[in-house]
Amino acid sequence: MREFPESWQIPLKEWTNDFVEMLVVRYGDIFDVIVSALLFILVQVERFLTSLPWWVVIILIGVVAWQAFGRRLVPSLMVMLLMLLIGSFDLWDAAMITLAIMLIATVITVAIGIPVGILMARNKNVRAALKPLLDTMQTMPSFVYLIPVVMFFGLGNVAAIFATFVYAVPPVIRLTDLGIRLVDHQVVEASEAFGATPRQILWGVQLPLAMPNIMAGVNQTIMMALAMVVIASMIGARGLGQEVLYGLQRGDVGRGLEAGLAIVVLAIVMDRITQGYSKLSETNTKSA
Amino acid sequence: MSKIEVQNLYKVFGQNPQDILPQVKAGVSKDKVLSQTGHTVGLTNVSLNIEEGETFVVMGLSGSGKSTLIRCINRLIEPTDGEIRIGDTNILELGKHEVQTLRRSKMGMVFQRFALFPHRSVIENVAYGLNVQGMPREERRKRAKHWIKVVGLQGYENARPKQLSGGMQQRVGLARALCTDPEILLMDEAFSALDPLIRREMQDELLRLQKELHKTIVFITHDLDEALRLGDRVAILKDGLVVQIGTPEEILKHPADDYVEAFVQDVNRVRVLTAKSVMETAQAVRLRDNPREVLALMEKRQRQTVFVVDSNGHYQGTVNYQDAANAIKVGERNLTNVVKEHAPTTDAETVLEHLLALSADSPLPIAVLGERDLLLGIIPRSAILSALASQQDDEAVATSAVDSLSKQKDKSGSI
Repeated sequence: MREFPESWQIPLKEWTNDFVEMLVVRYGDIFDVIVSALLFILVQVERFLTSLPWWVVIILIGVVAWQAFGRRLVPSLMVMLLMLLIGSFDLWDAAMITLAIMLIATVITVAIGIPVGILMARNKNVRAALKPLLDTMQTMPSFVYLIPVVMFFGLGNVAAIFATFVYAVPPVIRLTDLGIRLVDHQVVEASEAFGATPRQILWGVQLPLAMPNIMAGVNQTIMMALAMVVIASMIGARGLGQEVLYGLQRGDVGRGLEAGLAIVVLAIVMDRITQGYSKLSETNTKSA
Repeated sequence: MSKIEVQNLYKVFGQNPQDILPQVKAGVSKDKVLSQTGHTVGLTNVSLNIEEGETFVVMGLSGSGKSTLIRCINRLIEPTDGEIRIGDTNILELGKHEVQTLRRSKMGMVFQRFALFPHRSVIENVAYGLNVQGMPREERRKRAKHWIKVVGLQGYENARPKQLSGGMQQRVGLARALCTDPEILLMDEAFSALDPLIRREMQDELLRLQKELHKTIVFITHDLDEALRLGDRVAILKDGLVVQIGTPEEILKHPADDYVEAFVQDVNRVRVLTAKSVMETAQAVRLRDNPREVLALMEKRQRQTVFVVDSNGHYQGTVNYQDAANAIKVGERNLTNVVKEHAPTTDAETVLEHLLALSADSPLPIAVLGERDLLLGIIPRSAILSALASQQDDEAVATSAVDSLSKQKDKSGSI
């Protein structure tokens, strides 16, 4: 009686392997199309970012930050100084590649996450179904899904983007859902009372008022995308993560630290900018 | 025909309202339904007619179902059973889109906590209903501007709601409801969140607007003073049941049961009762009457003063005993030369509050005048006092009224 009864064993292992193999064999073509499309976009963005002189990128980031900080000069100058640090580590190109992967992963994540969040806020059943799935996505060790992702998309940046998506989409979904449900129900009732359609209520009232929370979700997504950079480099993503990996593999502590600091800089810059926008939308939507 | 007809309306909240409905219809009490089935009864057999252009107030404490009732009228809440007719349509039979059209074209709503859109400017808040209808920006802003002016918020068009005080925010709410020019105005505790002074100001504002606009207003409140002040008719709701429907005076004078009576006790009657409701017949004499006959009449009735009208019943003044006697001495044949306009006058709708002061200033009864000075009746001081004291429980009010009367008299030095 000390052994677990053999007849109770569930062959999940075999099922999963068969399923993945079936997907790869049957739908391999579809995955190939997705890969080449994404790769094309990625290459364009990468090429664009690396073709710009470094100072143009820094000025662009400075301008965006200036907007986000409510036109305050000092914090935007700080952001620009931080970006200079990356260049002085001689990691500029690697950082631009990481930035490109991160931007595309974020755009995809937000583009899918926000509509799913909206669905979740509007439909109890969708929420009930998605909640355990989101919990799983957030707690499952990322190495577990790195393997099938590589099987579907091959080694490289595209696989990294998908791994990042799985890891980073739950917060934006959750915060969109939360944001919409937190909108004052009296205000929603008021727009109903004036004969607004569900679509008019969504675009005219719920989304604008949920914006601070949605922006917090976008911020989280960006942070998590950056946290994925090193792990993604293990499946062949280039950029700063690769530098860290080199440092690890060759025992080159200094190189690892420089690349690590560059990731931190990118994270801080992106975080402050998105938080700035989040605060801007908050002052616009707070009620009395 | 009535503007809004509500017939046998039921609302049961819970999992299976239709299954519970027979019990509710059979008269099982609200508490029993809740404890046995977990369903909350919101409305029980509510029937009422709201006339075109009247202000109909639904009064009740929290949990009485008043907010449920008003939301049934624009179907923000779906009734469980019954009928609501607006004009010829039973609105409970309308589909989703028809309900949206109905809300857009016929109804405006004002909310207790204002429920303004915090991310839109005042003018865009006011124009919201027109925005929903798809009206072009310039046109809707033009109309919104008009209504902002009507509610007295000129100059605040581009402010955000949070920059305004509570009273101003509710003016925006009112303008927003009026901007689509709806026939029906639904006001859900519209002034309950405001300070007493501001509340009174807004009540006056609504009365002023209603004089010009003649909307059909359904007004929800838990405050009987407010109900009696604003309502042409008042329905009192208790536990989802209509306890009484009537004009403010009917409710004050003939409360339907102990529940209403308990409410009425707390009401400040001097603000509700009007001259019309307390006046007595004048028993006036004519201008052409002979002073001798008038004097005889006064002696017979033991009166010091009589009211005088012309042959068409229009008020001319009063004649006292002394004047009548003098007129006889100098050989007058009628009252033309001795009649004096000493008595205070008022119109039929003046509330008791204002009559108290008039009565204090003059020993004569107050003359109640209608159109072109037609004498409708008179109000002796005793009539005011007995109106105040018409219920035993109101003795305190009456006593204090008498106190204030004698105090005012002391001041004027006429004793």
